[in-house]
Amino acid sequence: MLKWSGVKGGVHPDTHKDRSAALKIVQASLPDCVILPLRQHAGADAIPLVKPGDSVLKGQLIAAAGTEVSAPVHASTSGRVRKIGPVQAPHPSGLAADAIVIESDGDDRWIDLDMPDDPFSQAPMELAERVARAGIVGMGGAIFPAAVKLKQGARHEIKTVLVNGSECEPYLTTDDRLMRERAEQIVDGARLIQHILRAYRIVIAIEDNKSEAIAAMRAAAEPFGAIEVEVTPTLYPMGSAKQLIQEITGHEVPAEGRSTSVGVLVHNVGTVYAIQQALRFGRPLISRVVTVAGGCIKSPRNVETVIGAPVQHLIDACGGLTDEPAQLLLGGPMMGVTLPSTQVPVIKGATGVLALQRREVSRATESPCIRCARCVQACPMGLLPLEMARRAKVDDLDGADAAGLKDCILCGSCAYVCPSHIPLVQYFQYAMGEQDARKNAARKNDYTRMLMDARNARLEKEVAAKAAAKAAKKSRASSTSESAP
Amino acid sequence: MTPRSSPHAHAGSSVNRIMLDVCLALIPCTSVGFYLFGWPAAYLWLVTCAAAVATEIVCLQLRGRPVNTVLDGSALLTGWLIALTLPPWAPWWIGVGGSLFAIAIGKQLYGGVGMNLFNPAMLARVGLLIAFPLQMTTWIQPLPLAGLTYPDALEGLRITFEPATRIDGYTGATALGELKTALTLKQTAPDILAEHFVWWQSLFGLHAGSLGETSELLVLLGAAWLLWRRIISWEIPVALLLTLAMLATVASIVNPLQQAGPLFHLTSGGVLLGAFFIATDPVTSPISRTAKLLFGAGCAVVIFVVRVWGGFPEAVGFAVLFMNALTPLLDTAFKPRVYGRTHRGKPLPVTHAKVVVNHGRKS
Amino acid sequence: MLMATLMLGGLGIALGLLLGVAARVFAVEGENPLVKQIESLMPGSQCGQCGFPGCSAAATALVEGEAAINCCPPGGRALVEQLATLLGVSADSAGAAPVPMVASINEAECTGCTRCYRACPTDAVVGANGQIHVILQAACTGCAKCAEACPENCVSLHPEPITLDTWHWSKPQAA
Repeated sequence: MLKWSGVKGGVHPDTHKDRSAALKIVQASLPDCVILPLRQHAGADAIPLVKPGDSVLKGQLIAAAGTEVSAPVHASTSGRVRKIGPVQAPHPSGLAADAIVIESDGDDRWIDLDMPDDPFSQAPMELAERVARAGIVGMGGAIFPAAVKLKQGARHEIKTVLVNGSECEPYLTTDDRLMRERAEQIVDGARLIQHILRAYRIVIAIEDNKSEAIAAMRAAAEPFGAIEVEVTPTLYPMGSAKQLIQEITGHEVPAEGRSTSVGVLVHNVGTVYAIQQALRFGRPLISRVVTVAGGCIKSPRNVETVIGAPVQHLIDACGGLTDEPAQLLLGGPMMGVTLPSTQVPVIKGATGVLALQRREVSRATESPCIRCARCVQACPMGLLPLEMARRAKVDDLDGADAAGLKDCILCGSCAYVCPSHIPLVQYFQYAMGEQDARKNAARKNDYTRMLMDARNARLEKEVAAKAAAKAAKKSRASSTSESAP
Repeated sequence: MTPRSSPHAHAGSSVNRIMLDVCLALIPCTSVGFYLFGWPAAYLWLVTCAAAVATEIVCLQLRGRPVNTVLDGSALLTGWLIALTLPPWAPWWIGVGGSLFAIAIGKQLYGGVGMNLFNPAMLARVGLLIAFPLQMTTWIQPLPLAGLTYPDALEGLRITFEPATRIDGYTGATALGELKTALTLKQTAPDILAEHFVWWQSLFGLHAGSLGETSELLVLLGAAWLLWRRIISWEIPVALLLTLAMLATVASIVNPLQQAGPLFHLTSGGVLLGAFFIATDPVTSPISRTAKLLFGAGCAVVIFVVRVWGGFPEAVGFAVLFMNALTPLLDTAFKPRVYGRTHRGKPLPVTHAKVVVNHGRKS
Repeated sequence: MLMATLMLGGLGIALGLLLGVAARVFAVEGENPLVKQIESLMPGSQCGQCGFPGCSAAATALVEGEAAINCCPPGGRALVEQLATLLGVSADSAGAAPVPMVASINEAECTGCTRCYRACPTDAVVGANGQIHVILQAACTGCAKCAEACPENCVSLHPEPITLDTWHWSKPQAA
């Protein structure tokens, strides 16, 4: 295929992947307690189904999906519910989020799993429903409920199931290790997704710096016809769905549209694996592989852990810290978020835990923009980051939108190359957050005005009713008095 | 501590590093200039750079900005570029005045680094040219080539700092100036060029001119460094040089007796320095590729028009300033196409329309 | 000379007439339409936090330049922006946007007298006679009428709490 329309822009950060990629995935021990936030996905909170004091089994449903776009939460080990309430969230603000805390009993006893029949003989929507019940979300960090994507996809003509094994973020090697060690399961999962969507073909896209993963996936895909393993150049952000679709199919996803608009559905390697586990063995999403890396980690490697284990537990599984980290991150260094402490839990979307040394993080102070346009060249979306930031700085939110804010994927390529060290992404995050806040304020304004009007109408009615009653009484009184004599 | 947003990694580039790279790129042609024009050239360069940095410091102080911003090197670079466009034996106050004007009015008055609309060095050059036409057009012949003796260090000091010093014996005209003057004396272009212009000499810098106009070859060497370090992109220089060559070729075919031809236009004057070091100034040039190409081509058109029909023999400064003024317009008119959108900003059409597939349960 | 005087004089009279006619023909009827437009943007809870008797009076005051564009706490930053655009002033001209407030009831002291819920313009207070009352935060505009009505002084106002849903990145501290 002609690659005339490959990804534009992008950057080449140091990958730092060698150490963790060289070691096999190791199973972490069971933590004393697991913390399961009610929202580990994009969408509404899950609704708890247990009370403090209840005993739960591993894999038991403990919180149900709140709305259509939501995901249920399952107990990741057996034990007793200690509390349901706010705990510090794995979020840069350090604010609290509601979670179910389970004290482990150490037995790690599974609930009886609903073992499905051969999934290929089942109706696609039935399978999508099973994925929904397993609580699977986008494991590459997008955390969008996988089943919602599958159900939406099933309503479209999907040509290609695109399995995203690019893993373009530095340090992270979970997808790499998963593909090397569990290639068959991933291929099986991809075929199940193909079955659900009735897609024509499967493409597994892997960056060219993962030769062993490419070989493993090629070998696993060999027996099946319509599976291609495509090797993409190593470029950040190749793993972004829009960029990967552009690279593989040559099409761009229309603005404000979805990948289904160009007949593609993208799932991350980890998500595909989780879907396979759910459909073949009925296992809900209660564990995942996390890369623990960074200059402060004694022996960086990939760890398979139960969801909800404290970050500290994973760090201990990798030999602990060698140094006080300058930055503690959830996810990769390009799009990951800072963690308020090591006591926060690992959630479904956690691709990595990074403890970075001072020399590994950017700390220079902001200086004025010299319009060098490196950000424009680096932007894979063709936006004008310098212009967006300039507008955001003076709160010209509409101007920022016009300069491209509404198409921004927050990949950070611009800030990565900025010689003036302008925190461009933070300006964008600020502007987006401010837009949301204003929308919310306006919505609340409308809501309270509606309440006001309703109240006034009610009061008027009451007054009118009172007046009417009075008038009626009066007329009755006058009529009786008239008829009295 | 307030949390920091992603990305947490950085390419390690910095404004200082960019400015340093440009300065490095200027070293070869500047040092050859010193060799050709002796001590006075070095003094003038030193004074001009020092004045630029000093003005920057004073302005930052007056504006209440952190003075360590001066360390970004942009003021030094502006001073350096001004020095390169001056006649090498110009008196000290030409350099100091130029720097003062460039930094105080051309840069800090607009809000400092990154905010100026016009290239400060070119503002200074054009301002000086208009205010002090005599001093700005008193060119020196390259000493070793003309067989002239170098003034010693002390004599050099006198040339730069003592206004009344006579330097008549050293002066000469630039090729561009020669052409302009001779054309008015009804000579034909080929005759004039045969007498005054040897293109390879021009390439090696063996003719009268400012420091930056002399050795075109070393300017190209510096340009190669800038391109390799990705400090500048190819669009502006290539568009500028190609357009100028094309205009000159067409003109010399149409009117061979009056027009000098592309080789002359490209290798004389400040075209190469302007194309690679001045028109490419990121602050004052446009952002998108199309806009850059137009910017370069526009510079070439102005250079050509002024050289051929205008009153001044050289026009790189005018051209750059003129196109600087158009930069905001070019930036607005030519934005890069956004992913998933047409050039006009509308979303691309959906190729796979919604297909309602009947997913009956076990049909 | 005479000609010039006549011409200029004639021109003056003609233009004067034109202006006079235009003033009659294009006269704005009744009240300023801007007032209505602004009133429609305001929360409409007539809470009086702005210091004017009701939203309509505040809208008039805004148009006449007697009220600052940040005078309405329930409207928040969004309203400040809209007013700034409408009135053609900078959003920052009046200083920081007011922080929206919400009220809450100290349950330990509430006697269930129902006075606060009768005072609430948006029906944000839930409760019954003799029962502890609760304020629905989503419906509260922070107008403080309940706090004034409460005989036990158990209603307090505080800025809207920041949660994971409302938190967002702040602007980087510019160098």
